[in-house]
Amino acid sequence: MKIKKGSWVQIHKTILRPEERSPLVPEDTKKVPLEMWVKGFLEEDAELGEEVTIKTLTKRIERGTLVMVNPHYSHSFGEFVPEIVIVSQMVRSYLRDDDYA
Amino acid sequence: MLDKSYQGVMARKNAIMKRSVGIDYDNFAFSKISFDYERMMQEASYTLEEVMAIQREFGVGNTPLKELKNITKLVRKLAKPGKGARIFVKDEAQNDSGSFKARRASLSCYHAKRLGFKGVITATSGNYGAAVASQSAKHGLKCIVVQECFDSKGVGQPEIIEKARKCEAFGAEVVQLSVGPELFYTFLLLLEETGYFNASLYTPYAIKGIETLGYELVKQCEAQTGKVPDVVICTNAGGGNVTGTARGIRQATDKKVELVAASVNLKGLHMASDTQFNRKSFTTGHTGFGIPFSTYPDRSDVPRSAARPLRYLDRYVTVNQGEVFFVTEMLATLEGMERGPAGNTSLAAAISIAQELDEDQIIVVQETEYTGAGKHHNAQLAFARENGIKIMFGDPRDEVPGETIILPKTPELIQAQELDLTHIKKSCIKNLCGEVKELTKDDVNFLCEEVNERETFVLNCLKELNKEVI
Repeated sequence: MKIKKGSWVQIHKTILRPEERSPLVPEDTKKVPLEMWVKGFLEEDAELGEEVTIKTLTKRIERGTLVMVNPHYSHSFGEFVPEIVIVSQMVRSYLRDDDYA
Repeated sequence: MLDKSYQGVMARKNAIMKRSVGIDYDNFAFSKISFDYERMMQEASYTLEEVMAIQREFGVGNTPLKELKNITKLVRKLAKPGKGARIFVKDEAQNDSGSFKARRASLSCYHAKRLGFKGVITATSGNYGAAVASQSAKHGLKCIVVQECFDSKGVGQPEIIEKARKCEAFGAEVVQLSVGPELFYTFLLLLEETGYFNASLYTPYAIKGIETLGYELVKQCEAQTGKVPDVVICTNAGGGNVTGTARGIRQATDKKVELVAASVNLKGLHMASDTQFNRKSFTTGHTGFGIPFSTYPDRSDVPRSAARPLRYLDRYVTVNQGEVFFVTEMLATLEGMERGPAGNTSLAAAISIAQELDEDQIIVVQETEYTGAGKHHNAQLAFARENGIKIMFGDPRDEVPGETIILPKTPELIQAQELDLTHIKKSCIKNLCGEVKELTKDDVNFLCEEVNERETFVLNCLKELNKEVI
């Protein structure tokens, strides 16, 4: 699918390869690259997965792999955690004599 | 053509920093070890009255001080007869950006605008990003927030993703990175590329901005109860909250107010570990920042940090993740206040410490933070469970960070754990001395102020470290 120039997109790029990482990072982190994600307006028509140029909100030019068009937020309140309602009942029970029956 | 390699950029660190914060830290130096902290705070910043006026103009501060009457009632059922101090909370979530960090951002952004910078940059995964973004919007400054957000599998901490959303809602550009301290390298590159102001959390502006919080809470407590608080509890990470609050309290009253820091215990988790990144449920206010920044404040992103908590602290305690989630629910269900978990670290400590105090004494918990998708106790516990962390009821003392989250089986089990402040002070002296073998009288005086101890304490410590005083 062609994504039009001017679309709001997110790109990904590698900042440091594993061998370029700081000697101070722990072993597990040293095995993986330092990666970056940033959003901006696409500078040319492109397909997902292509190397592209974007202009960010501060008018900076960044290059990287096109990973998402109209990037959205999907974080939520998560699956229900039943322990929370137990905590609520428990602490209210301590004030039972004070209108929390 | 500038060398943009990691080594090349790190080698230019000091020059980039000097230009981007507008402070020449060499002006305040006495020696390799010591510097004139108070002169740095005075010359490089604004008076309390000026800060108040700026904050009033830009929608920061004057948050309500609320008495937590039901939590106090519960605490008195747990405590020995006659014990159980009144607990109040400064509802900092009411700031535009949803946390006390608005105070820290307000002066940085005001000052950046005054100096003619076109924009500001900050490196933070916390509420401070949203605060800088919010204040930048008011001042018409461009804003970049650099976040450590994802692990190598691309899984983001929900709390940090929510903060990215909030920054973007205020019109900021958010640069998101995977785990690692080389975030600082990207940050320096961006400062160099844009020429923007470094809205560091550790400049005098960022600390002076919090003094109003300490000042307000004393004045409000006096107005509402007729006396100053006996104890004020601050959540501690980089040390700024403690430092600014304490300085503000001292400007509001001569009476002794005990200052307690509280951090979430994340012992055993490495902050720069890719595989452990998503095994913690708190991204700030924890010991992973609290201990290293207390024992060496100058590890921050400026040559001399204005956040120096040991100058002011009377006590330092930890609470566990399970205790903080528990009291977050307690605050919602007993007080009708739904707030973010990280901001309730000091509330968890207060519930424990209130039981040591008499009924007529007063504890002030000096912050709350906003809550919402991603940064809510349900969201954080659900994320932990998805990541294989076992959540159960029991004794929070048995919690193993990264493996379990233990919710107190009963509220009696909420018990703040004392950290050895003497040990922390000794580590701080050791780190400040570094490789320097001979110290001057000025250095000794400086160290006394740094750890708030008498000369004999510092001299004994220096003797243990084989340092000579000339």
